[in-house]
Amino acid sequence: MSTTLKYQEKALKLVGTRPLRPDGVDKVTGRARFGADYNLSGQLIGKVLRSPHAHARIKSIDTSAALALPGVKAVVTREDFAEMPDELAAVGELTINFRDVTRNMMAREKALYDGHPVAAVAATTESVAKHALALIKVDYEVLPHVIDVVEAMQPGAPLLHENQYTQGVKPRPERASNVAKRLEFGRGDVAAGFAAADVIVEREFSTKPVHQGYIEPQACLASYSADGQAELWTSTQGHFVFRAQCAKVLQMEVAKIRVTPTEIGGGFGGKNNIYNEALAIALSRKSNHPVKMVMTREEVFRGTGPTPGANVKVKLGATRDGKITAAEAELNFQAGAFPGSPVNQASMCAFTRYDLENVRVVGNDVTVNRPKVAAYRAPGAPIAVFGVESVIDEMAKKLGLDPIEFRLKNAAKEGTQTYYGPKLGVIGYIQTLEAARAHPHYSAALGPNQGRGVATGFWFNIGNETTCSLNVQEDGSLTLNLGTIDVAGGSRASMAMMVAEELGIAYERVRPIVGDTSTLGFNFLTAGSRSTFASGMASVIASRQVIEKLRQRVAKIREVPLEAVAWKDGQALPADASAAQFAPMSLTEIARMAGKTGGTIAGHAEINAQGAGPGFGTHIVDVEVDRQTGAVKIVRYTVVQDVGKAIHPAYVEGQMQGGAAQGIGWALNEEYVYGDDGVLQNPGFLDYRIPVASDLPRIDTVIVEVPNPNHPYGVRGCGEVPIIAPMAAIANAIENATGLRLTQQPFSPPRVLQALDAAAAAKG
Amino acid sequence: MARITLASSLAPYTDGELELRLEVANVRQLFQALGERFPELQAHLETGIAVAIDNEIYQDALLQPIARDSEVILIEKIAGG
Repeated sequence: MSTTLKYQEKALKLVGTRPLRPDGVDKVTGRARFGADYNLSGQLIGKVLRSPHAHARIKSIDTSAALALPGVKAVVTREDFAEMPDELAAVGELTINFRDVTRNMMAREKALYDGHPVAAVAATTESVAKHALALIKVDYEVLPHVIDVVEAMQPGAPLLHENQYTQGVKPRPERASNVAKRLEFGRGDVAAGFAAADVIVEREFSTKPVHQGYIEPQACLASYSADGQAELWTSTQGHFVFRAQCAKVLQMEVAKIRVTPTEIGGGFGGKNNIYNEALAIALSRKSNHPVKMVMTREEVFRGTGPTPGANVKVKLGATRDGKITAAEAELNFQAGAFPGSPVNQASMCAFTRYDLENVRVVGNDVTVNRPKVAAYRAPGAPIAVFGVESVIDEMAKKLGLDPIEFRLKNAAKEGTQTYYGPKLGVIGYIQTLEAARAHPHYSAALGPNQGRGVATGFWFNIGNETTCSLNVQEDGSLTLNLGTIDVAGGSRASMAMMVAEELGIAYERVRPIVGDTSTLGFNFLTAGSRSTFASGMASVIASRQVIEKLRQRVAKIREVPLEAVAWKDGQALPADASAAQFAPMSLTEIARMAGKTGGTIAGHAEINAQGAGPGFGTHIVDVEVDRQTGAVKIVRYTVVQDVGKAIHPAYVEGQMQGGAAQGIGWALNEEYVYGDDGVLQNPGFLDYRIPVASDLPRIDTVIVEVPNPNHPYGVRGCGEVPIIAPMAAIANAIENATGLRLTQQPFSPPRVLQALDAAAAAKG
Repeated sequence: MARITLASSLAPYTDGELELRLEVANVRQLFQALGERFPELQAHLETGIAVAIDNEIYQDALLQPIARDSEVILIEKIAGG
């Protein structure tokens, strides 16, 4: 049954404070164990052979020489994995086409991108494993490839999947296409809206794929035992989902796989799906040894999902007094080698910040010879918003309006009808715009060659299946066993704070851990900004269950009616003066007697959390453009965001700063560079430049708190929203500094310099 | 009867029909009725659809009650990073 707990305003003691995180000491002292830190005696090292071609038919694979090499214990290829039907299947909460999953994990008929796994080896050492890879003979028939999304949509483009016909088009197309799916959202009469406009702005944009850039490469250790059971230690955003996926592709019972999540060095959506995990279990099953697999950074770039590159067209019409009359967008997203880009969510996010009568958004999900894309914070939204917020900025300028004022004139609010479905509930978009306008940053003086930009973002936030247990230990301390991965954002601290707040005890008395898959029922991924919302709701339910049991126990011990027992500040005490009176009992006292008064006390929750509250943010950025080199420096950056309620403000600020930092990298430098041969040319951090601390100023944060009515503490979520606006805000700031409207991401020095030179040449 | 609206992205699977009224008591009954009426929609109902009941979005909530006067909107399912 779905669960929602309504918001209750109350005085808070812990929620909203900034205690130290429970995983902090281990992380700063180097004790924390990440994926690659796990080892078992007798383990082998697994390595993957990857396609050197962007598109090739695999005619044969000869592993005999590799298997004959001393030290090689097992080799797996496409022959070792069952064929899966071409149908969408729900695994946990994820809907996945397992025909694609098996083919992405290990190529079958064709290699579909540079880096596509073709075989995997387990050997006694890494050097032996690498030697063995070199001995595997793969006979490829190289095929024409396509990596550009617009080219891939053209008739006659090289086809990745000969049986792929565009969904969402009537009548069903007669020819196969790289366009896997077409979506169209809308409301009103767009043509009439544009006819009513005094000013129309229309632009086309392009973005490149960028990687999530987590600092810890994928790493796992698998051990398959002779009785058909497997254990897996892995760096993941969802150990229950990984278990489900491994069980499906290896055709094992779910309960026979136990997954223990390691500490995770970042994921941002890139660790939502398996890559090496099922290979490691398969190699362990075949070799009868534990198998450890750790990706290199090159493998991470070539083999795991970036976010899509895209082609985006935006058209906006408005009256002279600043009312938007019509909005239209076409979003063409690279899905990578298999369908499933986030174009649907990008389409739904494109214009939702605005109260619009006439809207039309068309999205196309397009397969290309690149790695299958994966989620990346607010999947797809930053790409759509780059185009839309750039056009919004240009429109404001044409109308002579302040960019925040123009947004306020058209801002979505409670009751606004979205073009994708429901009306918006209680939201804080206008509050973020007003807070940004009032911030000293917005009125500060700019220096030479500097410009200021503003942009805004929206994300739905989600809930979904969530589990936890709360055990009262015999000394009155508590262990909170969570099913939701703490992706290093500090969510364990937030859950412990809510438990301590509910029970009225010190935060330090609650020890939150993330349990393995055998200790709790299914728990969805840490994704969609759901953790603190959904796991927080579950933790509150478990806490209230514990309090109820504590009251019941005290009623029996003190021999008073249950209604005479209240719970306050960590102890049971008489409900009021008229109730039966008894000597109060602290949590510690009750816990010490628990074993002799009925047994240990615990609470638990297995919920499908609903009622997530949408999040909105407004970003302000100042840039300085070096006209000699084209380099863009971020001079000042401010993030304003409605998070509902910041349980632990420092970690919320960290999310806001982290999202902005990643967005800045996306805007200024990050891009996949492919050669004409379809081979990735920059699979490493030397040539794929993410921002480092010296590239960034201190990112200021303003937390806006408009409580979500469907969470006991008002939580909305905060991880997705802050990455949405930076690309557009920076583009707008560059335009403000130079007069140049950049429409191709990244705004790297060569591209900015080229634009400056072209503008100078045009002036003569 | 509850008022049912389908997101415009689902039009290709319903021959363009996006609004109807149905006597359903929960999401499971709603999906069953829609699947029988629009067979091409069936696969989407099972895997890729969320519902907004009186403007509250529910995902994977087959037993969520639908009142007789509820406004129900079918939308694309939402995930995240």
